[in-house]
Amino acid sequence: MYKIVSKKELNSTVTMMDIYAPFVAKKAEAGQFIILRVNEDGERMPLTIAGFDREAGTVRIIFQVVGATTTLLNQKNEGEYIEDFAGPLGNPTKTDNLKKVAIVGGGVGCAIALPVAQKLHKLGCEVHSIIGFRNEDLVILEDEFKAASDKLIVMTDDGSKGRRGLVTEPLKELIESGEEYDEVIAIGPLVMMKFVVLTTKPYGVKTTVSMNPVMIDGTGMCGGCRLTVGGKVKFACVDGPDFDGFLVDFDEAIARSNMYKPFEERKREENCNLLNMKVK
Amino acid sequence: MANMSLNKNPMPTQDPKVRAKNFLEVATGYSEQAALDEAARCLNCKNMPCVSGCPVNIHIPDFIEKVREGDFEEAYKIISKSSSLPAVCGRVCPQENQCEAKCVRGIKGEPVGIGRLERFVADWHNEHSSAVETAPEKNGHKVAVVGSGPAGLTCAGDLAKSGYEVTVFEALHTAGGVLVYGIPEFRLPKKIVAKEIETLKKLGVKIETNIIIGKTLTVDELFDMGFEAVFIGSGAGLPRFMGIDGENLKGVYSANEFLTRSNLMKAYEENSATPILRAEKVAVVGGEMLRWMLQERRFALAQKRFILYTVAPLKNFLQDRKRLSMLWRRALNSNFFAIL
Repeated sequence: MYKIVSKKELNSTVTMMDIYAPFVAKKAEAGQFIILRVNEDGERMPLTIAGFDREAGTVRIIFQVVGATTTLLNQKNEGEYIEDFAGPLGNPTKTDNLKKVAIVGGGVGCAIALPVAQKLHKLGCEVHSIIGFRNEDLVILEDEFKAASDKLIVMTDDGSKGRRGLVTEPLKELIESGEEYDEVIAIGPLVMMKFVVLTTKPYGVKTTVSMNPVMIDGTGMCGGCRLTVGGKVKFACVDGPDFDGFLVDFDEAIARSNMYKPFEERKREENCNLLNMKVK
Repeated sequence: MANMSLNKNPMPTQDPKVRAKNFLEVATGYSEQAALDEAARCLNCKNMPCVSGCPVNIHIPDFIEKVREGDFEEAYKIISKSSSLPAVCGRVCPQENQCEAKCVRGIKGEPVGIGRLERFVADWHNEHSSAVETAPEKNGHKVAVVGSGPAGLTCAGDLAKSGYEVTVFEALHTAGGVLVYGIPEFRLPKKIVAKEIETLKKLGVKIETNIIIGKTLTVDELFDMGFEAVFIGSGAGLPRFMGIDGENLKGVYSANEFLTRSNLMKAYEENSATPILRAEKVAVVGGEMLRWMLQERRFALAQKRFILYTVAPLKNFLQDRKRLSMLWRRALNSNFFAIL
């Protein structure tokens, strides 16, 4: 059992938790992930690590309440426990020899882009961050990004905060204006990452994407998280989760990510009904 | 006088029509009467050829003799001197290629049902015995075991019995390895695995789940923590894909993924939190035993039609008659297609 040391709602659908897991905290690096189960008989859910405190022995997770498992997790409160918490899994984001990078975060993906930005910033790398959200209410971690970035651009779909438009627009402008990035690191929805790659490819700017496919064991045993990268089968859990964006077959990854959509929708409905009953 | 029947006492099973719709164990196990009768088929050979066929050299004629005498607890003690997992091995060991293949009774007729007797004895013990397992005196040496599958559990059991302080590290949330994620409930009920693991715990074995050695802790750190030896039983590793068109399409599973969803995560249950696709028409590519297990499993999930694509000749499957006969019986009652 793993204790929820703190819980904070970042916005109406995104929650941050610090979980007491000293073994994981001791080894965790930006870019790696954990697998948790909320309760016995729960499903195994991978979440990329959003931060860690080695001394306190805590690991930070930030998640959007989208499915049955995240709904259950969100019902847990500070001081309560979750059943399982295993990691760190996957490989850390490569930060060696980077002098100037653009970090592109989308939605809740910003939560896991932040530790990468912080790490690079700490290493003395020039960090330009572009973070995008649907609207002002959904903006998260703006101050933290500001502190970790030499340049920060906030985008919203409706213009209610920062600039109106997609994250690819300022990215293209920055590259066009002569900013020479060693690397662009994109973390967010698959569609966003696909378009970031389409934006950077003509300029040949190396682009790393963080993949978060459906996964079960997270140790390379099942192959459920497989992707096609450069025409070869790769497992996000042991080969990734970071990959060269130019080589990832995004259309395939998007199709695979929808495999259990009907199931997820049904489950969420059931859960909501249960909640409704409790309220009565 | 030995029971000279040429055939083994048959293993009672669920009615095929009933079992096709549930995930309960297919074979229900010998009654005491059947066990006594089967034990009487053993000739108690002096040179014990069966023992030479057993990878852990269980004293087979000795335990069978105790069964014949009706002293099932003593029979269990004899088995457990050599095997840490009798209820598991009695179910899933390929006895037909091991101990039973060497049985003298098999020269003319069927060999003694050693596996069935082993299972009977283990189940009898688990159900009736009030004997309390006690941890043997510790010798002060610490050993780490990586992986809680059959290899790791066996190693842990043997070491614990010799007085070592053993800690087993498991990456998943449940101990058992392939016994829980791979072998289906209807072949090996998970409560049997849990019971065997409980027995190991009573012997003093510690089990730490959610620890991925190589990630959460390294082997070097294990040595730093005071472990003097490390046994690595990490399993079969990554599944291999064939690199053919369409294998990453939605609905294409590796055997491991399908089994893990169904077994470890219990996706076969109606209210499981973990999803699994339920198709009416299924193709199975490949021809190892694993595929047959998948097939059986699919049967209960799908009920409609199978296509088996395999590059291995059918005779390879026929070697495993025990499982195959049951499968064919049911397959012939449905639309079963094998494309070879």
